[in-house]
Amino acid sequence: MKIITAMAVAGAATLLSPRGAEAEQGPPVARFTLKNGMECLVISDHRAPVVTQMVWYRVGSADEVPGKSGLAHFLEHLMFKGTAKNPAGDFSKILASLGGQENAFTGNDYTAYFQRVTRDHLEQVMAFEADRMTGLVLDDKVVNSERDVVLEERRMRTDNSPAAQLGESMQATLFVNHPYGRPVIGWEQEIKQLNREEALAFYRRFYAPNNALLVVAGDVTPEGVKKLAEKIYEPIPRNDSIQSRARPNEPEARADRRVVLADVRVAQPSLTRNYLAPSYRTAAPGEAEAIDVLTHVLGTGSLSRLYRKLVIEKKIAASAGAWYGGVAYDTTRLGISATPLPGVALEDLDKAIDAVIAEVVTNGITQEELTRAKTKLVADVVYSWDDPFTLARMYGAALTTGLTVDTIKEWPDRIRAVTADQVQEAAKKWLATRHSVTGYLVKPPAPPEKRS
Amino acid sequence: MIPRIAIALMTVAFLTSAPNAMGKTPIERIVTPKGIEIWFVRDAKLPMLSLQFSFLGGASQDPAEKPGVASLAASLLDEGAGPYDARAFREQLEEHAIEVSFAANRDNVRGSLKTLTDNRIKAFELLKLALNEPRFDASEIERVRAATLASLRRNSTNPSELAKERWYARAFPGHPYGRSTLGTLDSVPNISADDLRAYVRKTLARSNLKVAAVGAIDAGTLSKLVDDAFGTLPEKADLAPVPDVVPQGLGERDIVPLKVPQTVILYGSTGLKRSDPDFIPAYVLNHILGGGSFESRLFKEVREKRGLSYSVYSTLVALKHAGLFMGAVQTKNDRAYESLDLIESEIARIAKDGPTADELDKAKKYLIGSYPLRFDTSVKIATNLLDIQFEELGLDYIDKRNAEIEAVSADDIRRAANRYLVGAKMLVLMVGEPVAAPAKSAKQ
Repeated sequence: MKIITAMAVAGAATLLSPRGAEAEQGPPVARFTLKNGMECLVISDHRAPVVTQMVWYRVGSADEVPGKSGLAHFLEHLMFKGTAKNPAGDFSKILASLGGQENAFTGNDYTAYFQRVTRDHLEQVMAFEADRMTGLVLDDKVVNSERDVVLEERRMRTDNSPAAQLGESMQATLFVNHPYGRPVIGWEQEIKQLNREEALAFYRRFYAPNNALLVVAGDVTPEGVKKLAEKIYEPIPRNDSIQSRARPNEPEARADRRVVLADVRVAQPSLTRNYLAPSYRTAAPGEAEAIDVLTHVLGTGSLSRLYRKLVIEKKIAASAGAWYGGVAYDTTRLGISATPLPGVALEDLDKAIDAVIAEVVTNGITQEELTRAKTKLVADVVYSWDDPFTLARMYGAALTTGLTVDTIKEWPDRIRAVTADQVQEAAKKWLATRHSVTGYLVKPPAPPEKRS
Repeated sequence: MIPRIAIALMTVAFLTSAPNAMGKTPIERIVTPKGIEIWFVRDAKLPMLSLQFSFLGGASQDPAEKPGVASLAASLLDEGAGPYDARAFREQLEEHAIEVSFAANRDNVRGSLKTLTDNRIKAFELLKLALNEPRFDASEIERVRAATLASLRRNSTNPSELAKERWYARAFPGHPYGRSTLGTLDSVPNISADDLRAYVRKTLARSNLKVAAVGAIDAGTLSKLVDDAFGTLPEKADLAPVPDVVPQGLGERDIVPLKVPQTVILYGSTGLKRSDPDFIPAYVLNHILGGGSFESRLFKEVREKRGLSYSVYSTLVALKHAGLFMGAVQTKNDRAYESLDLIESEIARIAKDGPTADELDKAKKYLIGSYPLRFDTSVKIATNLLDIQFEELGLDYIDKRNAEIEAVSADDIRRAANRYLVGAKMLVLMVGEPVAAPAKSAKQ
């Protein structure tokens, strides 16, 4: 058993307020590991008598085998179907009677389950969560009906939305070899084939304490949570057959790709471009931080380069922005998007975006832009302290994608250390069209059918 | 910085500090020297301040022929004010990491301010400018108008947005609630700077203002800052009266054809207003029928047992001038009617027989036990305090609320059900390509 080390999230206030001593720290974060290898994180915030428990598994859609897309997410749904000890619906029923709220989510790299309860009920929800780590029982009837639910979820999120379908196609095009190219929810024809045996095999392969992370955030102490975790989670045997993740790598990208989705439902065209970019885990030191600053300068808010050039100066777009998904286990994405004004061709928008990027690649960013980006990124850290649930989610995502508590703790300092040269270097290296996909969402040129 | 006189004139009433949903955190009711009421929770643990406020008179104050004025005006308040043009205003905000936003809904214009405590002076200076001296420069109007039109075009083929627009239009013809909050593709191009100025002049006033604040600040400082920002607004708002209204078209099913694989169904009927003495029993009843947990009848029957939908719910929508009972489900086209029929039969069943004693007991436990979860962040606390003010439930509501839930009896549920659910006919909007209804579900 490792000793609990209490550490505080680094203070943003040092940049923003030289004098705010009390403002130096966010909620304290403690980390320890149980004997069975389960990693535990405790974020203490005593402002409200409320606790969030999250259990994160280091398995996501990118760990599925080809042909079984959607399995990680399908299993997430099935985890609510009961265990030998707590048969179908008992957990949810009892949780509801405690006034607790629950849900779960699946990503490329992780699957997580959470409950929010008042602090007195923490032990009970921990016991339920521990029970379903190994005790899941499924029959064909519930599996079949839940598969239909997932298919409806897919229709709702993707099939009913041309923009979501384009996003799916772009992702599949950008990643030519890595499983990040598959949608988390799965391809429809593959979801339809998923069954009970496959779900249970996936469960037995990946759900074990040594592949899990417990995050408890709210009105708790590290000592109290540790005691409970030792009692409740530590007896669960580890599974030594779980191996660290090794997904197929992306080959060197060489082609600038275009994806066009034309659909009668498109009343407002748009353009999206995705680039391959390193994640915080795979990037060279300081590089991901520079990409975060770059993305901010390029495309966050109305002062950003893209917004100013496309929306305000050239008046060819209604909106423009950029984002970066740095919290990922493997090579990830940086995205740009813009909505054209009526009468503007997407090709012209495309060229205008190229020009904005070329300008940053050639001349870099200003000191003023650098400072503003840092102020905002660091202030967002302080604002995140207000919500233990947000913090739990942030830490959970970081720790299941190969980062550490220190990575987060030191993040504001590393953002402050980013130089304008590093940002320009990042733009040069990562905003190259040969590892990008550009998606056009358009209406078909002529109506394919007459509708009354 | 803070003159003593302001503190002397300010009234502070403390709520009892009995344990409630917020632990023992007291809510202070501050009345500033200029007469502005603030509900305030002091939280010195984080170096930030969250302010939430609203002005009664949202989109319901739009000129009948020009829906979208309130929404466009709200979007433009922080796009240039006083000496700062849009860019300079935005630079001021970003350089100080201050977040300001405004948005209009049917009944209100809501605003939110988030700042690090150290930047509070600058934050309130910018807020004051946005409220009192918005510029409405022509270039910024055109820019925000273009973004609004892009959203409207996007919404025009989004099945959920379409269902909502059409439902309100069909339910409230000739009433402000029937108009689109964001405006329409026809109305938004015609909104002028004068429309925006007139709207702001009539609506942003002290008489219809509610304010809630949470953060690391003392009551005196807050009182002064709020007076600075809001105190120069006109004392009285000049609001057009909005009549109370009940939804029309009940019993009808409208289909909006859209080429999508899944039909979005939105249904609704008359509900109870928040001020209705039977609202709480109705709220408990609705929780059992289709409320937020995984335990509701609709969730179990429609999703769990039959796999018909990912999302299914019912809810009580408490507008200022109408109480609504509404719900939605999304099911693939060839099973859409099956979902709708099932929901209607579940509504009829619970209206007729009521919930079981066990269901009632569990619902009360959930609603009571989960209440503190609404108060675990500054922003959530401020938002809830503002909602309680809007609903005119009183400063002690947080203390009393759980006892009101606990007191709900089977008789109360029956009485409430008789008021809005027994024999209720729904106005149903279906967007998609639902496959023709079986004969038994055809209705007029």
